[in-house]
Amino acid sequence: VSVLGRAAPVDAPQSAAACAHCGAPVPPGAGRFCCTGCEGAHHLVQGLGLDAFYRRRDMADGALRPVPPPTLDFGVHVVRERDGAQRLDLIVSGLTCGACVWLVEQALLAEPGVHRARANLSTRRLGIVFEGEAARANELAALIARLGFRVAPFSPACLRASEDAEGRELARALGIAAFGAMNVMLVSVGTWSGGEMGEQTRHLMHWLAALIGLPTVLVAGMPLYRSAWRALRAGRLNMDCAVSLGVIATALMSLSETIRNGPFTWFDGATALLALMLAGRLLDRAARRRARQAVAEVLALQEGQVQVLGAPVPVPVERVAPGARILVAGGERLRLDAVLESDEALLDTAATTGESLPRRFVAGEALAAGGVNMGAPFVARVTAAAQDGSLAAMARLVERAEQARGRFPALADRAARIYVPIAHVVALLTFLGWWFLAGVPWQAALVPAVAALIITCPCGLAIAVPAVQVVAAGALFRRGVLVASPTALERLATADHVVLDKTGTLTEGRPRLLPGGWHDDELRAAAAIARASRHPLAQALVRACPEAPAREGVVETPGRGLSAGDDRLGSATFCGLAPDGTGMSLHLVRPGSPPVAFRFADAMRPDAAAAVAAFRRAGLGVELLSGDAPETVAQAAAEAGIAVHRGAADPAAKARRIAELAAEGRRVLMVGDGVNDAAALASAHVSAAPGEGVDLAQAASDFVLQGGGLLPLAEAITRAREAQRVAAQNIAFAFLYNIVAVPVAIAGLATPLIAALVMASSSLAVIGNALRLGRESR
Amino acid sequence: MGILLWLIPMALALGALGLWAFLWALRSGQFDDLDGAAARILFDDDQPRKGPR
Repeated sequence: VSVLGRAAPVDAPQSAAACAHCGAPVPPGAGRFCCTGCEGAHHLVQGLGLDAFYRRRDMADGALRPVPPPTLDFGVHVVRERDGAQRLDLIVSGLTCGACVWLVEQALLAEPGVHRARANLSTRRLGIVFEGEAARANELAALIARLGFRVAPFSPACLRASEDAEGRELARALGIAAFGAMNVMLVSVGTWSGGEMGEQTRHLMHWLAALIGLPTVLVAGMPLYRSAWRALRAGRLNMDCAVSLGVIATALMSLSETIRNGPFTWFDGATALLALMLAGRLLDRAARRRARQAVAEVLALQEGQVQVLGAPVPVPVERVAPGARILVAGGERLRLDAVLESDEALLDTAATTGESLPRRFVAGEALAAGGVNMGAPFVARVTAAAQDGSLAAMARLVERAEQARGRFPALADRAARIYVPIAHVVALLTFLGWWFLAGVPWQAALVPAVAALIITCPCGLAIAVPAVQVVAAGALFRRGVLVASPTALERLATADHVVLDKTGTLTEGRPRLLPGGWHDDELRAAAAIARASRHPLAQALVRACPEAPAREGVVETPGRGLSAGDDRLGSATFCGLAPDGTGMSLHLVRPGSPPVAFRFADAMRPDAAAAVAAFRRAGLGVELLSGDAPETVAQAAAEAGIAVHRGAADPAAKARRIAELAAEGRRVLMVGDGVNDAAALASAHVSAAPGEGVDLAQAASDFVLQGGGLLPLAEAITRAREAQRVAAQNIAFAFLYNIVAVPVAIAGLATPLIAALVMASSSLAVIGNALRLGRESR
Repeated sequence: MGILLWLIPMALALGALGLWAFLWALRSGQFDDLDGAAARILFDDDQPRKGPR
């Protein structure tokens, strides 16, 4: 991602009007900004003298639109350092380019008293060191929010997800292995080419190689040995078993050859093999890093604190006991199961039940965790602690289903299961044959046997699949599909049935204003009132007319409507009209003018029908499964061209349906975004969640779709199948190579030089084949 | 062949120096943000002046 180029200076004339801050399209005549938040942010940036940002940024249009700052107390997350300075760690969502890092750091450093601000573009972590009260943290967090970035405290959960202790260990091992391999090679090439080298010099060279090679094999091989040991203990054979045995046997055989001063040692082969394996492993991790990061971000943004009545500061969710009375502010997500104590509340339960409109609850009703408060603040009594609540139960369900799926054997491991025993038997027979039949000493018989082992050592295999994964995951990333689990592509390639959720997956999950018989000034007046509310329909009105100024003195009656002076905007009954029954409309009543009706629909994603057609073309059956009312589901199904649909499905029913399909022998691709989909997502053969879904859904998915389209997923199926084909080709190629090379090794003709050539050329061939996948197909 | 007594230890020492540098860089977090490091080199030095402290 470059800071230079790409984005044109915003102040230069552009073809379509774009917001001067976030770059989103602006309706003609609305000025330079799409909303007041952007205007404020732009002035802030200009005031700091940081306008260079706009010439350099490289991000999606509209991504930088400021959102209200989080209702969290950042002060409790501040750590006092030894020298008295305060340190705050945040996770910053939307930090996508170098220019963003620059803007955030410079804006913070311009604040008096801020000593240090350093953002990490890979992990989105921002560290601020400042002096003064811990409460200043809220000010600093609000500053970043005003620029258009979403912030959350850097919590243990995202630390777990982004902490890369394992990746770091692999990098260290790879560094050591590469150092060892190169230096052993330095010595080995001397012995291979030095025909006139005296025997004693050669002996010295071999000891030198052993001196470097043995510690390298011991230290750098640890990650592989551990994985092999785990597999063996679980009674399985994987690729690492073969590699570990090959490397260790080669090192021991070489040591024995060094002691008895044989003509060749094989330390170079052992260390080079180790380096190749570790490189493959590191590549494999890198391919999934972005998806892990995206999930960690969602986790951090949705984690939070609860305002307990009687407590002076907000309390972390996990510390709230049943029976506590909590205050849920407008727009806040209810994080615990509770019983409503206030008279009434309006909750958006789309994430937990799939209903597309907020529901009204009255005092005494049970509220499930996961809903978002769409109305006035309310008080509720907690009925279950976080770890016993419905969200936790769902998380456990997900975990169980994932464990079952974790047993899906990767292609490379399936190949290894056949391959490893054969390779080991061949090596053993070679050893026995040379020892008993040819009558050579056992040390000498060991040489061709281990040569066979190292030549059959599936370096082609072990690098074949990771190389394909990296290239395919990179190509998918460019289309907004993040690959989250190691065997995701393999499972996606074999999917033959797709089950779609409706709200938020097939549809945009938020209502959109339908065209109607109103005038623009009526829309403007309605949007001006609607600005005061978080209700999805009001928000849809504001989106349809973003340039409307907020009106003063608007009073909200939660779940019914808004009134400003004598003007009223709301449901038909609220406005004194005959009920219209649909629930998806707002009415504007003004004294002296006829009432106006605005109708809404939860709009299909623009590519929904195309995606359904693409799924069909790829040979998948398509079915719609939703928690929403059956009529709404039927209508959406008809619109998207889906024949099989079912409504009013609760989470358990969804998971049951997936199990039914699996029992029929289908391999189901489940796509969903809500808490209610999580169990179904986790129990499906393979699953995907839109990037704007809830944390639990994303955590349960193999793919995360960014950019809000289904079509890339349909394309990803084709790509995954292609990737599987290339991986299979690579494996076949590695086998073929062995069929030629193994007889040479068995015959005792293979020298370390030949082994090195075989290893290098087969790896290069396999990587070259994998790179073909990255080419954009047109 | 006497030259080997000098050359080989030297080669190994240089290699070990490289390895040590790599491990040091890894430990001190130089590999934690590869994307950010790529962008940072292009930042200007004209940082906004702070007000009086």
